[in-house]
Amino acid sequence: MIPLSWYLIFAAALFCIGLFGVLARKNAVAILMGVELMLNAVNINLVAFWRYLYAPDLAGLTFVAIVLVAAAAETAVGLALIISVYRRRSTVVVDDLSLMKG
Amino acid sequence: MTLSQVFFLAVAAITLFAAVMVVSTRRIMHAALWLVLSLFGVAVLFALLQSGFFAVVQVVVYIGAIAILIIFAVMLTRQVMLDVGPQLNRGWWIPAVLVAGLYAALVGVLSTWSQFQAQAGPLAPEANDLSRFGQALVDLNAYVIPFEIASVLLLGALIGSIFVASERKG
Amino acid sequence: MTFWNDPINFIGQWLQGLLIQWGVAPGVAQVIVLVLGAAILGVVGLVWVIFLIWYERKIIGRLQDRLGPNRVGPFGVFQAIADMLKIFTKEYITPDGADKVPYNLAPVLAVGGVLMMWGVVPFASRIIGADIGVAVLFVVAAGAIGELGILFAGWGSNNKYALLGAFRSVAQLISYEIPMVITLLIPVMFSGSLSLQTIVQQQTIWYALLAPIPALIFLITQIAEVGRAPFDLIEAESEIVAGFNIEYSGLKFGMFFVGEFLHAFTAALLFAVLFLGGWRGPFAEQIPFLGFIYLWIKTFLIYFLTVLIRGTVPRYRIDQMMDINWKLLTPLSLVMVLVTAVVFNLVKPVGSPWVTLAALLAANAVMGVITMQFLRGAARSRRRPMVAPSTIVVARPEPQNTQSNPE
Repeated sequence: MIPLSWYLIFAAALFCIGLFGVLARKNAVAILMGVELMLNAVNINLVAFWRYLYAPDLAGLTFVAIVLVAAAAETAVGLALIISVYRRRSTVVVDDLSLMKG
Repeated sequence: MTLSQVFFLAVAAITLFAAVMVVSTRRIMHAALWLVLSLFGVAVLFALLQSGFFAVVQVVVYIGAIAILIIFAVMLTRQVMLDVGPQLNRGWWIPAVLVAGLYAALVGVLSTWSQFQAQAGPLAPEANDLSRFGQALVDLNAYVIPFEIASVLLLGALIGSIFVASERKG
Repeated sequence: MTFWNDPINFIGQWLQGLLIQWGVAPGVAQVIVLVLGAAILGVVGLVWVIFLIWYERKIIGRLQDRLGPNRVGPFGVFQAIADMLKIFTKEYITPDGADKVPYNLAPVLAVGGVLMMWGVVPFASRIIGADIGVAVLFVVAAGAIGELGILFAGWGSNNKYALLGAFRSVAQLISYEIPMVITLLIPVMFSGSLSLQTIVQQQTIWYALLAPIPALIFLITQIAEVGRAPFDLIEAESEIVAGFNIEYSGLKFGMFFVGEFLHAFTAALLFAVLFLGGWRGPFAEQIPFLGFIYLWIKTFLIYFLTVLIRGTVPRYRIDQMMDINWKLLTPLSLVMVLVTAVVFNLVKPVGSPWVTLAALLAANAVMGVITMQFLRGAARSRRRPMVAPSTIVVARPEPQNTQSNPE
């Protein structure tokens, strides 16, 4: 059968790929996509731990539901902000949004 | 190699490949499409972990709403139909090294944990009982507070994003 | 189990036995039988569309005081097959600069999303594709995959009008998902389960009788989700140059067409399962084929109703459609869920189904009257105020001064 380690290694890899996307991409929407990957990795971790170690107890599943809700809320607000910034500055490249720098 | 192991390896490989394409492809619309594939792979893994409810909720919420929202945002913030210029920051190898180091550290620390190679026991039948989950979410001794706070968060996000994204005259 | 008690399992076991006899390993034989079952379901769904196309064209023709197709075969039954052959032989013209993968994947997603719904619908007490515990959410998820297909089509066509058409259509579809999911809570609440088979088994009284207004809202949102008249702005030829499927030709366009017809039938099927008692009827538990026939009759009733509506009412504009959704259907469905939940739980201790039925019908009637008053008030305030007659100035002809003496 599938040991827990496979799920944890997969979730760690997905998290690290998402983190790379957040740190290395220029487009603000692409950064949000990296954040989505990280949140999904967290969800996989939670459900794997729930299934393997804590099965009938519902704390893990509740946590997953709350993370899902928080991800949805954060994506909606983030994209609204990006669209609003695009309307003012006509750019979504985060390097150009440096009005408050220095 | 049992069938489920082969299936897990295939799905995990596809999902990780799609994730790498999300963060490295040049055209941002393609990144959004690869994101949909990786979200679908995660949903399949939820189903493999015998949490069918979250597999379907993942498809409905992430793919049916969040991915569509991201695609809308990509299309609304494009100036031309083509992407020009490099899509990664200058000096992108620093995050690459950092991330590789983080991955090695994570796997290394986890592998010293006693339960790392734990096998899955049989799932108790009431574990997947949705009515039990629903009752726990509104039970005063269980998880009603996170539930209510999450719904207020969603309400705030809804109103806030509509307000921020609406075109205000003047 | 005999063939008449349990047809699908009987055939499945027989096939598996046959395969094992031929020397296939038992696990592989089971997988082969399952895949074969899924393939047969898909093929049946796609072939059924041929009949649906003929049925609809005949009825629309009669509604419009003409005969409909009647040349190819008796009563024109082979017309759809002729159309099919024509579409098969058309050339695929891929637009220059189109994104190959989304462009070609879009028709697959559009049809696949609908066929996935057929896998969880209970056709009879023992005929069901897969009795998963979250079937209602699975249906919503399959609808979401269909919408994704539309976005892929609009993007992959490399055409501004296709993109705009895809935007509008996805905006309509995700907006109408909200009252759909809210009213889906009502059968779930009555039966206590998300599984479609359980919902059908618990419908001793049809849920359309227990909750008529939510059933009506569900029907309206399903018609909007399919993209049928009066909500067919997304595919009408006179609007936005036929929308997102403008750059598709040949069988790829045929697949969108097939997907839409099948979705319309599946919407009627879902309404029959969720609100009209599905396969329930006299002797339906013992003889599954009777249950199948009852379900088919109920589905055709609703499908006929949607075809009638299509042939009768004019099309809504996009802003009217959004108004209906956000200002009428969403608040009404939320209020109906609240009212139904309160009334249902108040009369549950009494236990008698007739009391429940009477109480819920009364609650629905009250809400219906209140809604009509709201709508009347809104319509009155939207009408332009009539100018009072006394302030109208009419040019009177000047009295003739140069009247000559009568000649």
